[in-house]
Amino acid sequence: MKIGILYSRIRRDEKLLLGELRDRGHDVEKLDVRTLQFGLHGVSAGGVDVGDCDVVLDRCLATSRSLYATKFLQHYGVPVVNAPETAETCANKVKNSLALDAADVPTPATEVAFTSDAALEIIERFGYPCVLKPVIGSWGRLMAKIDTRSAAEAVLEHKETLGHYEHKVFYVQEFVEKPGRDVRVLACDGEPVAAMTRTSDHWLTNAAKGGETAAFDLDEEATELVEKASAAVGGGLLGVDLMEVGGAGSGEYTVHEVNHTVEFKALDGCVDVDVPAAVVDWLELKADVAAEAAAV
Amino acid sequence: MTEADCPECGSTVALHDDLEIGEILDCGTCGAELEVVDVSPPVLERAPELQEDWGE
Repeated sequence: MKIGILYSRIRRDEKLLLGELRDRGHDVEKLDVRTLQFGLHGVSAGGVDVGDCDVVLDRCLATSRSLYATKFLQHYGVPVVNAPETAETCANKVKNSLALDAADVPTPATEVAFTSDAALEIIERFGYPCVLKPVIGSWGRLMAKIDTRSAAEAVLEHKETLGHYEHKVFYVQEFVEKPGRDVRVLACDGEPVAAMTRTSDHWLTNAAKGGETAAFDLDEEATELVEKASAAVGGGLLGVDLMEVGGAGSGEYTVHEVNHTVEFKALDGCVDVDVPAAVVDWLELKADVAAEAAAV
Repeated sequence: MTEADCPECGSTVALHDDLEIGEILDCGTCGAELEVVDVSPPVLERAPELQEDWGE
């Protein structure tokens, strides 16, 4: 089987996948997105032929590259996961929130405004603390927990004055009291591979921010929410983030985000499941399904 | 185990045998983030700066 890996950096996650794919004897085509040139009828440079890949896995670090590169591959008829539609929904917090809500997945109260005055009205109505997030962004960057009106005024002014136009879309979310941790679930088309908690004294618990990780056993409610959240954004290899709104072990969750180019090295290090092996199992399945569909 | 020079500080960086083009490493001496641009022989360059839309 020939499997393409679209990437711009080889992180520990990609190394784990490459190792697993090669151990299984697959022909791996590394596709460095920085060297590729995408024409309307095919990749025009970069010395690779993507057309004969049974499936391409998007592992681009940059959201913008993911969106466009997968769109081109899909246009060429190359099976690609995740699909550009999934990337488009997951990469944008507004679209992510709307998709989750449309699928009746519990998600934090969220409102959006386009001027600082309108955003301040939302913040005052939500009360303090509340959270201001960039519409596009990851690793917990540029997230602001707003504790007072003066903090709100300052952050809004900074965003309006210094920010890219996308930072003038003010995404305000209720602050969810969580038990010092949140839950990250890696799922393949809605089926959980493994889950972990990320714990920190800081309100941001991202592994990228130094949150401590530990294996987490999913209950029925969480499993069902992961399946629904995955379907809501179009499925694929996803990282579903949940918070335990009723306290640790309460079984009450809210889903605040679904990630489409999910990192899993931290998860692989804290659970018994062989995460890259499970991902490659799923990838092989996707390639088989794509081949069957093409043969019809 | 192979090695290469850090383009930032010039010190020697020890490398694993399963090196991949595109892999990101840290220089143990200066802490610079480095990218593997060739594997035979190994060549390192300073990794690209973090972009706003990177990561999950």
